Amino acid sequence: MSKSHILTHAADQSVVLQLDNINKIFNGGTPLENHVLHDISLQVSRGELVALVGTSGSGKSTLLNLMGLLDEPSSGELRIQGHLTQGLSEQQHTQLRSESIGFVFQFHHLISAFSVLDNVLMPLMLRYGKPSAEQLAYAEYLLNEVGLASYMRQPTNRLSGGQQQRVAIARALVTRPALVLADEPTGNLDTQTADEVFSLFERFNVEHQCAIVIVTHDPRLSMRCPRTIRLTDGRVVYDGPSADLPSLFSTVV
Amino acid sequence: MSFVSRIRDLRNSLWIEWRIALRFLADNPLQTLLISVAISVGAAVIVFITALMMGLQNNVIDRTLGTQAHIRIEATRQHNNFSETPEGKYIWALESPRAQRLQTINNWQEVRDVLDQNPILNTVSPLISGPAFAQKGTARASVAIMGIDPERYAGIIELKDYLQEGRFSVGASNVLIGVQLAEDLGLRTGDKLRLDAGDNRQSIMDVAGIFELGVRELDSRYVYTDLKQAQTLLNLPGGVTILELKISDVFTAEYWAQRIKKLTGLHVQSWMESNGQLLNALRSQTMTTQMIRIFVALSVIFGIASVLAVSVVQRTREIGILRAMGSSQQQILRVFLLQGGLLGLAGSLLGVMVGYTLVQVFNNIGERLFYIGLEPSMLLSAILIATASGVIAAMVPARRAAKYDPAVAIRYV
Repeated sequence: MSKSHILTHAADQSVVLQLDNINKIFNGGTPLENHVLHDISLQVSRGELVALVGTSGSGKSTLLNLMGLLDEPSSGELRIQGHLTQGLSEQQHTQLRSESIGFVFQFHHLISAFSVLDNVLMPLMLRYGKPSAEQLAYAEYLLNEVGLASYMRQPTNRLSGGQQQRVAIARALVTRPALVLADEPTGNLDTQTADEVFSLFERFNVEHQCAIVIVTHDPRLSMRCPRTIRLTDGRVVYDGPSADLPSLFSTVV
Repeated sequence: MSFVSRIRDLRNSLWIEWRIALRFLADNPLQTLLISVAISVGAAVIVFITALMMGLQNNVIDRTLGTQAHIRIEATRQHNNFSETPEGKYIWALESPRAQRLQTINNWQEVRDVLDQNPILNTVSPLISGPAFAQKGTARASVAIMGIDPERYAGIIELKDYLQEGRFSVGASNVLIGVQLAEDLGLRTGDKLRLDAGDNRQSIMDVAGIFELGVRELDSRYVYTDLKQAQTLLNLPGGVTILELKISDVFTAEYWAQRIKKLTGLHVQSWMESNGQLLNALRSQTMTTQMIRIFVALSVIFGIASVLAVSVVQRTREIGILRAMGSSQQQILRVFLLQGGLLGLAGSLLGVMVGYTLVQVFNNIGERLFYIGLEPSMLLSAILIATASGVIAAMVPARRAAKYDPAVAIRYV
């Protein structure tokens, strides 16, 4: 099958995400040229939980979009599970995205026309059509894990912000992705709910061994990630254990 | 990838597109309802106008062609023959046109037998027709003697249906006359009538019945008798002057007339040629109907397109989410094409029902001008065309949705 050949020649299966000298320039060659990312190089391995921090405008979301293949870098090499993504067609990007990556966004981004369960199943249904019994069972299991088993058949707009975000997490995990990208998943939630949601990320990180990259403004949460990458003006200024960061971080906040 | 798995893939992937399309439509019920009603009004207008025009035209054609043949074959016209002009020379000639005396169609039995073989022609009816005077006492009227083969002539005009009084009988000394002639000469069924065809050929006839074709000219002039009697009176023993034809599709008459003309070399005229004005009127009606249909269809198409364009903008963020969840551009494209098709289908189903009801109202309520027939194939084609139009209308918005940059779309508020 053509679907799997993209991943067969992966060099190192433990490295989920590898960026080499990534640059991103918006409106290149025009007076509005904006060099957002400068020579970003980093690796994320299987089972890592990484916080991506920085002030607004530092390029966090742009970097996350590149990692998620929602956008393409201007130069540099981006590998997902060892496979170089440049030069792939739009269709291959879509396929790689649906195979390897799960997304969680700041504003939960559920599709209100569908029920909670259908939202969780959406990535599978888009790829395989009608869900199988096994897929259905797995979605129900995930909803149970995030504590929403009783809301399965309900429309999403009956849920609170924290509940919706938990649905989004279940949806991100339903394809058993190697990489989950979360863009300020707790940005809209109160402290207690944010803690609960974050705990889910920690749990699934351990249980499913998926790499998770979380963009966050909240130093309390970034401290709970073993590793922190800090961006300033589109450059990586820190990449290491979160425990060593506090002094740097607190000066900004 | 095997063919079977390709089919399975397509079915599986279309499954989710159907689902999303239906949910999107159901998610905005007011918008869906309004545009469906708009489409159905358009479809109803198209169905009703089309049916009305077809009904009207059929009615006009029936009335016009009910009392005449579709194609008439006559003997070749007589004309003057000129010897060929030598090259480089001119001939000045003063020509006086030949009088067209009554003449028989050569070998008319053979021509009839050949035409009988053609399945397109429903009826081939020989007729001998010529002028005469009808006389009762001192009253006279100029009439046309119509010598017919009653069985075959029934295929041209079903005279029995037009009889006002008396019985259908031609032959021996029996004739049928029109109501107008009966009134002019004061005749009733059973009365005697003298026919004078000139040159001392006279005959006393019995009026067997009186008909009313509804065309004054015919009702005052036609005197029906059988072939033999007419041949004697008109001095054309064994001959006929006209072969009348009817065909199933009246609008092909001119085509067949030309073919028969080439085949037989006789003088052939279709109703389309002899009723040029009527045909013109019918054609301009058809064109008017066509224009109305096209413009209504266009407004429906633009209606669907604009509603979907708005819907695409409204759903920008959801499209971005779907793309991030792994949907392909083609899937997004198909979701919106399906919505267009579904709107067209739903609207036209409703519209066809409304159009059908309007036609029933026209046929059954109030003064009935004429009957409008509605063919299922017409309703079906209206639905199919509307559904296809919906898909076509959705193309521009759907392409736009598919082209959205997911990174941008997802941040759209």
